[in-house]
Amino acid sequence: MKTHSRSRAVRTPGGLSVRLDPRALTVVVLLLVAAGAAGVALIGTGDAKIPAADVLRTLAGNGTAYQDFIVNELRLPRVLVGLLVGACLGLGGALFQSISRNPLGSPDVLGLSQGSTAGALIVIVLLSGSASQVTVGALAGGLATGLAVYLLAWKQGVHGYRMVLVGIGVNAVMTAVNGYLLTKADLVDAARAVVWMTGSLNGRDWEQVWPLLTLCAVLVPLVLVNARGLRMMEMGDDISNALGVRVQWVRLLLMVSAVLLTAAATAAAGPVSFVALTAPQLARRLTRSPGPNLVPSLCMGATLLVAADWASQRAFGADQLPVGVVTGVLGGVYLLWLLVTERRAGRI
Amino acid sequence: MNRLSAENVTLAYDQRVIAEQLSVEIPDHSFTVIVGPNACGKSTLLRALSRMLRPSAGRVLLDGQAIQSMPAKKVARTLGLLPQTAVAPDGITVADLVGRGRYPHQGLLRQWSAEDERVVQESMRQTGVAELADRYVDELSGGQRQRVWIAMALAQQTPLLLLDEPTTYLDIQHQIDVLDLCAELHEEQGRTLVAVLHDLNHAARYATHLIALRGGKVIAEGAPGDIVTADLVEEVFGLRCQVIDDPETGTPLVVPAARKARLTAAS
Repeated sequence: MKTHSRSRAVRTPGGLSVRLDPRALTVVVLLLVAAGAAGVALIGTGDAKIPAADVLRTLAGNGTAYQDFIVNELRLPRVLVGLLVGACLGLGGALFQSISRNPLGSPDVLGLSQGSTAGALIVIVLLSGSASQVTVGALAGGLATGLAVYLLAWKQGVHGYRMVLVGIGVNAVMTAVNGYLLTKADLVDAARAVVWMTGSLNGRDWEQVWPLLTLCAVLVPLVLVNARGLRMMEMGDDISNALGVRVQWVRLLLMVSAVLLTAAATAAAGPVSFVALTAPQLARRLTRSPGPNLVPSLCMGATLLVAADWASQRAFGADQLPVGVVTGVLGGVYLLWLLVTERRAGRI
Repeated sequence: MNRLSAENVTLAYDQRVIAEQLSVEIPDHSFTVIVGPNACGKSTLLRALSRMLRPSAGRVLLDGQAIQSMPAKKVARTLGLLPQTAVAPDGITVADLVGRGRYPHQGLLRQWSAEDERVVQESMRQTGVAELADRYVDELSGGQRQRVWIAMALAQQTPLLLLDEPTTYLDIQHQIDVLDLCAELHEEQGRTLVAVLHDLNHAARYATHLIALRGGKVIAEGAPGDIVTADLVEEVFGLRCQVIDDPETGTPLVVPAARKARLTAAS
């Protein structure tokens, strides 16, 4: 008799086995295709429109010099930053939501984005720093805020509900700090700050791609290796301890990874709102699978961000509307819907 | 020597001391039940025995080694725990939940062996939930759900299994049902079971070894027939009662004294 599980096991004669969920696998493949398609469409969009076939040919290295410049030098890095930022936010959000066992436990709600913003604003307003210094400031702000949330929520282990409440408090404090910094700014700095704060992919180039790609190359495998422990932790700390998961260690490692992913994404593109909140929830609804759904969330984040950027460019013209505005509107509506359904289900 | 024991442990949450210098032995192949009034430290003792709580002094020994210093997965292959706090993830099926009990036997490159599959089937069959395999855990009744959790703990294939109040929130029929299942696991498979139970009569009927706690101290331990007396119940629970033979099993049956009799005795 077979176990009636949706997962299928793939086994080798040597005794190795891997467990796969066919539906989740299909979702991942479809999302990757969608992300690729949105990326190609985004490259073709702008003042100089390029048909998809030409974009693909140019990416393969067979385009004209003019197309090559536009595609590979100007627009490809922007799309790659978009994909990476989306992937980082999707994965970071899935980690946070799984650790806090609460869909509201995502970096947007926990104040990480506001923390990164505070770091960036300090550099822009008080230090008049360069663009790369702003990135460092945002990274430091996000990390410091993540650390603060972890320490304040820590009491013999981090509990989900306390983490959400502490995060909301930290978020409020950081929002106030940001408001104060903006009033201190002169007109030029304030304009620069506001553009940064909406979250935008405008003018992103290869300099932003490499650090993000390196970070993902290190953190994504590290996170995925520990994903099985995280799955167990959904059932509660005691039972996962009893099953042999080193709960505190896995949680610390994954929290730090999630904070790094979110802070790096925010440093690269500004606080693109709500991707970290919505991507894991949407991915979960597609896979219909329990568990943290890490890889589907990662793919969903990448797809969402690039699709949102493409939509904003199509609807409002090249570089008119920052992508953060689009994700903010879509994500805000989704958050309201989530709050209403969670309330009906009696969870908040 | 018995496989699981606590040696002079002091158990405390933050600064609040629950038990000091407490020593207990869990006899191998017994069905040990820990009883005592509320806040006597019985769940705390179970948490210490299952390494959920680190004793502030003394140590818990598993197969002669301090349990806290052993690798987590190794302990998890020897000693299982069903805590009260377990939460079924949203949208998980019975078979998937039971399958999670295989975690300590798996690894990154050994995620789901044929043996895992066989043990999960076997655990679901033993607990009578095999026909529920495809159902969502959220849809089940309280009694069925408890059986599923026990199946998950069984899939862990540990010679020792600890259960924290496994009958709480169940109606009388399902309480007996779960206890029968425990007795079966104990008798037929020779597993050592340790459970915390609230109902003294259930404990007296099912346990082969009883530990009575009060205020963090062991007041009595041994076979229920040997230790459960009216005096012991009064000492441990502060309740005047008669102890008679259970007409069904011959084990001790605690019948609380009538209210009037207790009032006269007090005056």
